[in-house]
Amino acid sequence: MLAYLIRRLGAVLVMVLVVLLTTFVIFYMLPKWSGQDIAVLFAGKNSGAEQLEGIRQKLGLSDPLLVQFWEFVKGIPLGRDYGSGDDVTHCGAPCLGYSFRTELPVWETVKDALPVTLALAGGAAVLWLIGGVTVGVVSALKRGTVWDRAAMITALGGVSMPIFFTGMIAMGVFVHSLGWFSLDDSLTTGDSIGTWVETMILPWIVLAFLQAAMYARLTRATMLEVLGEDYIRTARAKGVTEPVVIRRHALRSTMTPILTVFGLDLGILIGGAILTETTFNLPGLGQEAVKAIEGKDLPMILGVTLCTALAIALANLVVDLMYAVIDPRVRLG
Amino acid sequence: MPRASTKRRFTAGAALVVAALMTTTACGGGDTEDDSKGAGYNAGINKVANPSKKKGGTLRFIAKQPIDSADPQRAYYGMTWDFMRFYTRTLVTYDTKPGEASNNLVPDLAKEKAEISEDGKTYTYKLRDGLTWEDGSKLTSKDIKYGIERIWATEVITGGPAYLKNVLDPKGEYEGPYKDKSKDKLGLKAIETPDDQTIVFKLPKPNSDFENMLAMPSGSPVKQEKDTKAKYANMPFSSGPYKFESYRPGKSLTLVRNAEWNESSDPVRPALPDKVTVTFSTNKEENDKKLMEGKYDIDMNGTGMTQSGRISAMQDHKDNVDNMETDFIRYVALVTKTKPFDKLECRKAVFYGTDFAALQKTRGGKLAAGEIAVSPLPKSIPGSDPSYDPYGVLERKGKPDVAKAKDALKKCGKPNGFSTKISARSDQPHEKEAATQLQQDLAKVGIKVEVDTIVGSESSSITGSPSVVEKRGYGMIMAGWGPDFPSGQGFGQPLWDSRFIFENGNYNEAQVADPKIDKMFDDAIAAETPEDAAKIYTDLSHRVIDQAVWMPFLQEKNITWRGSRVTNVYTSAAYSGRYDYISLGVK
Repeated sequence: MLAYLIRRLGAVLVMVLVVLLTTFVIFYMLPKWSGQDIAVLFAGKNSGAEQLEGIRQKLGLSDPLLVQFWEFVKGIPLGRDYGSGDDVTHCGAPCLGYSFRTELPVWETVKDALPVTLALAGGAAVLWLIGGVTVGVVSALKRGTVWDRAAMITALGGVSMPIFFTGMIAMGVFVHSLGWFSLDDSLTTGDSIGTWVETMILPWIVLAFLQAAMYARLTRATMLEVLGEDYIRTARAKGVTEPVVIRRHALRSTMTPILTVFGLDLGILIGGAILTETTFNLPGLGQEAVKAIEGKDLPMILGVTLCTALAIALANLVVDLMYAVIDPRVRLG
Repeated sequence: MPRASTKRRFTAGAALVVAALMTTTACGGGDTEDDSKGAGYNAGINKVANPSKKKGGTLRFIAKQPIDSADPQRAYYGMTWDFMRFYTRTLVTYDTKPGEASNNLVPDLAKEKAEISEDGKTYTYKLRDGLTWEDGSKLTSKDIKYGIERIWATEVITGGPAYLKNVLDPKGEYEGPYKDKSKDKLGLKAIETPDDQTIVFKLPKPNSDFENMLAMPSGSPVKQEKDTKAKYANMPFSSGPYKFESYRPGKSLTLVRNAEWNESSDPVRPALPDKVTVTFSTNKEENDKKLMEGKYDIDMNGTGMTQSGRISAMQDHKDNVDNMETDFIRYVALVTKTKPFDKLECRKAVFYGTDFAALQKTRGGKLAAGEIAVSPLPKSIPGSDPSYDPYGVLERKGKPDVAKAKDALKKCGKPNGFSTKISARSDQPHEKEAATQLQQDLAKVGIKVEVDTIVGSESSSITGSPSVVEKRGYGMIMAGWGPDFPSGQGFGQPLWDSRFIFENGNYNEAQVADPKIDKMFDDAIAAETPEDAAKIYTDLSHRVIDQAVWMPFLQEKNITWRGSRVTNVYTSAAYSGRYDYISLGVK
């Protein structure tokens, strides 16, 4: 088990490094290869030769790509010094560099944005997992009934409607028209739990609705398949009560593929629920990603990419570890 | 109970819920939290809406685009300059009066405007008494010198305008305060501070716009002990009536009263609200709704409402709307180095073949997009001549003259037309659509145009790089431009002076290399009076149009929201037609 864990963590590290290097090349080298000078991107309206040279120095743009990449990677566990001579700024670990746009350490911004995204993804995940799986199980058990059809039609609607649409409708009705919720535009960790819940409740529901719909359909299909398995019939034949058959035998098997998808979905969401955050004006990682890409803010882009890659890799790892808990047939090693 | 009945009931219920949702959504946005009426349509144009001296309350801005930098020496956005007057002062500044009267300079830190030597090379200012920093310490001439010196520290202080540096030290001899070996770090020779109350600028060459350059925030003082270099942008030290309470770049900013600011030393700033907040929020449609609901007062970007926002505002809240004219010109630069635009007649064919009225419509019509422009200089710039129209655009109400366009094509040796490429920025509202419209119009005269979209933040390294322009084969570049300060130099020199063609960050996109235009700039800059300079700029603007190198098509207008509770609201030409933020108060 320990060897497995170490091996998987090693793989996570390699994957994250590859993702970072790819991002680095895309955002650093592609403009260069097409003849653009990256320093000009940061000079604004005033871009005299001296100013550009200053920017090149400050950003270390004259160094070879691999050196720049190595400096960046090294800074994450060890911290990093910027500048030379008397003018040295220390960026403490985990140093993800300084934003080209705001001059703030990227980690500070990520640290600010992460709780918003975690709260959004976490809250929505609880809702959609409970809601989606419950609806899916009940549908499977009441196959062909009005309940089943209604639930599946609603689920189809949920899957088909993009979040910016449902989000906009929800905002129009519950925020602007009925005034039931007031969404905080600049949520911080200093705000009260009440503010957080009030701001998050609509995004949670909207995001969970979309995802729950998918999970309901997936759960129903898997559950129906599992209910047709021989061991379920055997369990029933042995006189095991129906709730126990469902809970201990059928649901456990059903959860394996659901958890796989769940791990990926949760990871992607933690990396930034771009559409949800933009629709509801939530200052999370997704919004930071959009701003960074619009502003060609390379360190910010790298910071958010790192978070996404890590979140997806770790969520998958946790899911893989959970397989063993859920399904006794799975052994890690 | 038969199943069909349950089904029917369920369907009816679902339909009812959907209908209710749609109805409430459609009606959404109509209710206002603040029921008091607006001051009237266009009440803030050339006059003051809701005049009041009442102090107190919180002025609440919202903005989609964050400020570029809170550091006075590093900011270049017009909205940031407008906002900076809350916390930073300059020797001279723009008058707090509506409309074009705002273009007049008035003394701010200085007692009077400059005493200028006869040769126009020495500017002397005496400072007012009682000038203070936010810690109560005295603000001196040395602080102003140090602040200006920071512009030279190009390794750290990036992004701001370099006019003062180029004018005071054209050879770039000074290395900036961070590399300054002198003890007081005040080694710049072109500025002298004989005592704490006097500052003297010595220019190698006269420049009639020098005081305009000092009025930019880059002319602001910075207290040396408080200069945190690059980090200064996160918490600048105030010399104005407000100071930073908190700032989360790209998220929010809060200013509170600076108790050490001495009201008697500042006749410019009424400083009415107790607090000023800015929320940066990326969903512009939502921002408009929140403005209309009264959650915020003013859009700090000042670039107008979204299409849905302005329809709703014009229908339901017209009294809260100003149709402000900006000094922003939408244009197409005709790249004179790209064939066949090296030939005058081929360029003229574009002028004749363009449907200006269609471009205006594509960008949102007369109110939301602005008036058709034929002068390359915006109306508020001295010397602008909006009646000079050699191609008869206004006479034809913006419609093209196909016959003349074809005639021009014959004269340039392309009777069957030619093919070219135009760049447009995909993230600028309506720009791509306008370029596509132009493509359709010019196709009618035989000019085949390929539209190539680029990302706005990359434009300075694509359309701003002559070699990239050549590589990509752009014959036309569509963009927009506003003045840095209200003069021909402040608007046009980067656009049309051949000495401003740079390998990178070039704004002379047409690559105009006309010795006559260069000389006109020199003459205007050296002119003794603004009136003399204005005359030269008129001739210069005529020459730009005669040469058909730069085709203006709109002087931009915006539909802008003015919150009902905001007082002392007026648009200021000096800040590109935005509201003069420093004058605002709340009821």
